[in-house]
Amino acid sequence: MTTAAAAAEVNARSIRRIALSHKLSRWDVRFSPYLYISPFFLVFGVMGLFPLLYTAWVSVHDWNLIGGQGDFVGLENFVTVLTQGYFWNSLRNTFSIFLLSSIPQVLIALGIAAVLDFNLRGKTFWRMGVLLPYVVAPVAVALIFNDLFGDKYGLINSGIMSLGLEPIRWHVDVIPSHIAIATMVNFRWTGYNALIFLAAMQAVPRDYYEAAIIDGANRWRTFRSITLPLLRPIIIFVILTSTIGGLQIFDEARMFDNVGQGGASRQWQTLTLYIYELGWNQRNFGRASAVAWLLFLIIILIAVINFLITRRIAGTADRKLRVRPKGMK
Amino acid sequence: MSKTIIGGHDRRPSLWVYGILIAVLLGSAFPIWWSFLIGSQDASALNQNGMMWIPGGNFIANALTVIDSIPFWTALGNSIIVSTVVSLSVVMFSTLAGYAFAKLKFRGREGLLIFVIATMAVPTQLGIVPLFIVMSRLGWTGSLWAVIAPAMVTAFGVFWMTQYLRDALPDELIEAVRMDGASMIRSFWHIGLPAARPAAAMLALFTFIGTWTNFFWPFIVLGPGNPTLPVALQQLQAAFYVDYSLVLAGVVLSIIPLILVFIFLGKQLVAGIMQGAVKG
Repeated sequence: MTTAAAAAEVNARSIRRIALSHKLSRWDVRFSPYLYISPFFLVFGVMGLFPLLYTAWVSVHDWNLIGGQGDFVGLENFVTVLTQGYFWNSLRNTFSIFLLSSIPQVLIALGIAAVLDFNLRGKTFWRMGVLLPYVVAPVAVALIFNDLFGDKYGLINSGIMSLGLEPIRWHVDVIPSHIAIATMVNFRWTGYNALIFLAAMQAVPRDYYEAAIIDGANRWRTFRSITLPLLRPIIIFVILTSTIGGLQIFDEARMFDNVGQGGASRQWQTLTLYIYELGWNQRNFGRASAVAWLLFLIIILIAVINFLITRRIAGTADRKLRVRPKGMK
Repeated sequence: MSKTIIGGHDRRPSLWVYGILIAVLLGSAFPIWWSFLIGSQDASALNQNGMMWIPGGNFIANALTVIDSIPFWTALGNSIIVSTVVSLSVVMFSTLAGYAFAKLKFRGREGLLIFVIATMAVPTQLGIVPLFIVMSRLGWTGSLWAVIAPAMVTAFGVFWMTQYLRDALPDELIEAVRMDGASMIRSFWHIGLPAARPAAAMLALFTFIGTWTNFFWPFIVLGPGNPTLPVALQQLQAAFYVDYSLVLAGVVLSIIPLILVFIFLGKQLVAGIMQGAVKG
């Protein structure tokens, strides 16, 4: 009798244990995925999204770097910033540097990729060589090019003068300073983008080329009529990512002289440099936030325009792609 | 059967192609060489003689001056700590999230993944003012935590690991381990993590380089006494802007570590970029 009772007791306990472990296991299956993805949402929420949205709140207040939050001032910070010439100046500089870096960069990267796409000896060597600048920090790149672009004794001006031409005042004139800064950006990223394009080129089925060559097309013709249309999505991708980064350019412009405000008359002051100046030199967090928020809106606007254009181009590229291989002569 | 080669993509290219490549290579290597060329000169010799095409003998002396005048060892140590911690953390959390998105079933999975991808287009760098306010409330300004914490997991990392694990890890394998009674985290640890290793190594490498070269946020939040290498370079420029042999000697010192990484892992970097391009 006692043994039977004890057995029943043991049985009941083990049933309970199994039930509990079932429950735990069900919870495990149900909640673990959320647990695993939660670090991203936590970090993005607290350190990314919240500060970005809170920028709007700071921008409608008097807010000092040291003193902290002051009165609500409505749109006063925006009005002040928009009526000061510096905002428009830095907006113009940002776009100018961005265009001078992104357009040549994409074109040169495409050219380099096309050359790397040949059946080369020592492929890895050439590819690595193209990528070398990527491991040099933008700050270091800026310091090196600062010397090369020196107004008086710089290597580039020495070259120009040895041709009997007038030296260029890289650190004085507006467009030359933009060219110098864009060169730094291009130096670091052109090879990287060339490798992205190269990967896409190598994904093009080789029969397309053979068919075209049988039909008498030369290398340039196949590049224009087969490679480029097929590469369009990846080109758009590169332009999109370089837009988001390019409009926030800071490092190279900050390091172009030792003062870091974008030149004596703000010739190369970009929007992020302007944000820095307002926030950390003038200690006016309210105005700095106003500019940050404006830049945010500009980036969103451009992203939307990009998206609309991309959708149209991607559509036509698809159509062309379906026609090209067959219809090519 | 060998294909008939008519020309074009399978033929060995002519010499002018190599000529272009050599020009490109000189373009990428020359500025780096130039920093050593100038960094090894004596400043006064530089001013007297103008251009010089052979490295001078002054690099060590210049390097010692640089090390004395900026907190170089602190900066180097900080760069190593920050880049290592951020890389490990990004890989860990991205792999975990990538495993969930690629292999586990849960409500809202697709929507949440699209959200993660969309955040890659959000310029969170523009939130620096409130982020700085948050960091000073936490008392973290000037500390490495302020640089590490916001970078601990990235949308790109999550996306990259999700993409990789989707193809690399067969569902049957996870089911088999689950049938044997392994918990979720055990099956991640024993099946997910080993399968993710190649992509995780790549992610670690790119995160390391990205963190090492990062300037904007560390420059804002770290004080002059506790910089990373790029921030220390800015101090060097502010101190010696007239003496370019010293500034460029500092540049050489700062780029040596990643040049070494490049020599040993450059091949993997090339492969990583090209894989990413085909997938993305």
